[in-house]
Amino acid sequence: MAVTMTAAASERVKSFLANRGKGIGLRLGIKTTGCSGLAYVLEFVDELNADDEVFEVDDVNVIIDSKSLAYLQGTELDFVKEGLNEGFQFTNPNAKGECGCGESFNV
Amino acid sequence: MALLQIAEPGQSTVPHQHRLAAGIDLGTTNSLVASVQSGLPKTLTDAEGRDILPSIVSYQQDKILVGDSAKALAIEDPQNTIVSAKRLLGRSLADIKQKYPNLPYTFSGNEDHPSIATVQGDINPVQVSSEVLSTLVERAKQALGGDLEGVVITVPAYFDDAQRQSTKDAATLAGVKVLRLLNEPTAAAVAYGLDSAQEGVIAVYDLGGGTFDISILRLNKGVFEVLSTGGDSALGGDDFDNAIVDYLVSEFELQRPLSHQLERQLLEQACRAKELLSSQDSVEVVINHQQQTLTLELSKATLNELIMPLVSKTLRACRRALKDAGVSTSDVHEVVMVGGSTRVPLVREQVGDYFKRQPLTSIDPDKVVAIGAAIQADVLAGNKPDSEMLLLDVTPLSLGLETMGGLVEKIIPRNSTIPVAKAQEFTTFKDGQTAMAVHVLQGERELVEDCRSLARFELRGIPAMAAGAAHIRVTFKVDADGLLSVSAMEKSTGVEASIEVKPSFGLEEGDIIKMLKESVTHAKGDIQARMLKEQQVEAARVVEAVQAAVQQDGNALLTDDELAAIENALAQLTKISQTSDIAQIEQAIKDVDTITASFAERRMDSSIKTALAGHSVDEV
Repeated sequence: MAVTMTAAASERVKSFLANRGKGIGLRLGIKTTGCSGLAYVLEFVDELNADDEVFEVDDVNVIIDSKSLAYLQGTELDFVKEGLNEGFQFTNPNAKGECGCGESFNV
Repeated sequence: MALLQIAEPGQSTVPHQHRLAAGIDLGTTNSLVASVQSGLPKTLTDAEGRDILPSIVSYQQDKILVGDSAKALAIEDPQNTIVSAKRLLGRSLADIKQKYPNLPYTFSGNEDHPSIATVQGDINPVQVSSEVLSTLVERAKQALGGDLEGVVITVPAYFDDAQRQSTKDAATLAGVKVLRLLNEPTAAAVAYGLDSAQEGVIAVYDLGGGTFDISILRLNKGVFEVLSTGGDSALGGDDFDNAIVDYLVSEFELQRPLSHQLERQLLEQACRAKELLSSQDSVEVVINHQQQTLTLELSKATLNELIMPLVSKTLRACRRALKDAGVSTSDVHEVVMVGGSTRVPLVREQVGDYFKRQPLTSIDPDKVVAIGAAIQADVLAGNKPDSEMLLLDVTPLSLGLETMGGLVEKIIPRNSTIPVAKAQEFTTFKDGQTAMAVHVLQGERELVEDCRSLARFELRGIPAMAAGAAHIRVTFKVDADGLLSVSAMEKSTGVEASIEVKPSFGLEEGDIIKMLKESVTHAKGDIQARMLKEQQVEAARVVEAVQAAVQQDGNALLTDDELAAIENALAQLTKISQTSDIAQIEQAIKDVDTITASFAERRMDSSIKTALAGHSVDEV
């Protein structure tokens, strides 16, 4: 399995997808930006691109482009609550360093 | 580790630049904040899990309390605890005293900008509102995990310029950027996604704790127009509770006045019974009084009987609002329910029967306005692809300025979508005129005296030129929140003057409707009056121009007879222009034109000769 999700994450993703009422799944990806070089992408997907791969993780279609896949192998997506704030968190074994805020990383 | 939200396709942000935004329902009694996260709009709660913040601020010696903690002090320390500040926003002292004569506050400050004396000094309503806004903004920052790009704040549809400006000022004071002020009924319609339809008439029925508002909106190509508003500022769910209390008092054969404690117990039981009867057919009311236990079985049928007169009152307001809007119940496509009191089944039933359609109730009626504001804030902050249309509002009345003869030149017509900016060029009326007064007006009528004066300013430093030679560009701008600014610029020198319109009193909803109605009734007379004024202005201009020419060249170019004929024609024109016969004035202007035609030719020849003096024709 390329990536995994915690129960909390898959439950939230399913409800957000249902609420949106359209779309074919959830995109995980990386893009080059930020203070430490790479940043995560988390988006709804309406159509697939040519280099996309689709994985079924806990009944959710997870879409990852082939370039990002190399950096995301083995990543776990979690949904956590910190005080009043809640959101998704990536645990990525490929990441070697993160910037102070954790929003970008390098490999 | 920063927490992430799911973005729309292609709308992921780079780190540290998340476009966080929130919608705020700044209510009279209660306020809420909501935001869209991972595509889902929801209200944000405080650390105790409460989403409703009572709009109450208590000023104490050493601290300022907001919300529930302030509410606790409202009875104990009413002078320093300010409730319902929204009712005071943008109003003059005289206005407040007339509308709410029994407020417990000591007012200070001046007539136009009243404030309330508290232990922390004089506090104005804008400051009170800004405390409520700060509390909600702080909550949103924590819940969303960062600074806000901005907020959308909702205001009643009938809020005038001064009240809207005060709301914006409160946000500025709270240190948050206002992306847009949005009408409350429009926000409710947006929450139900009604803006995605192309057109239709929507009724928004808003029955809160203490107020009732009905708004009739028309959606036209993605733009919500407010056709009419109505309601009752002293009718709400509290009156339902009071009706039940009165019934209990008479059934239990209690003699008023009762102790505060007993009144409170009755009110609590009444409120509980009302809420339970939304889902069951009867409820037992238990009151402990003088070591006795009084009980009573209250049925849904009895409750309905008790509150029916109040519900009927709201329906009468609906009928008036529809009439004002010029539509009938069959034109209404959707009915949106807002406010906690719309949970009462009888209200839903009666509203459904009246409009002959099932009202929309699936979104929590206490939260629906904040949810709509959050959706709009998300779009304005740039989290949606460009294809999603922005919701627009419109100007309720035309905006224009005064021109010669007391006429109104409309620059921005009524129902223009905002934001809008329009410019028009004007010129000077007299030779050597160096200043111009700009008088900004609002209304549909043709004459200044029939419209509402919003502001006046002067453009000075226009270079002395012949009448009609200066080019003065007057620009009217209405920003996204409906606030007007006007500027005037003389093009050759670039001298400029401008004004932001912040009238101390705005128009009441009733005034707007009245002004619109009058413009229709008086349409024909107004146009006649306008044509007459125009001809009179033209006559005065002709007389002045000819007199100036005669003074300059008359001796050189005219015979005595010609001069006498011209003076005679001018005198005739001056006399006729005092009458109200448009055709005659027009004829007299033509007569002057004919008589002065050869004089004009000679002047032209002579000025060409002067220009060519000393040059040969070949040079030209």
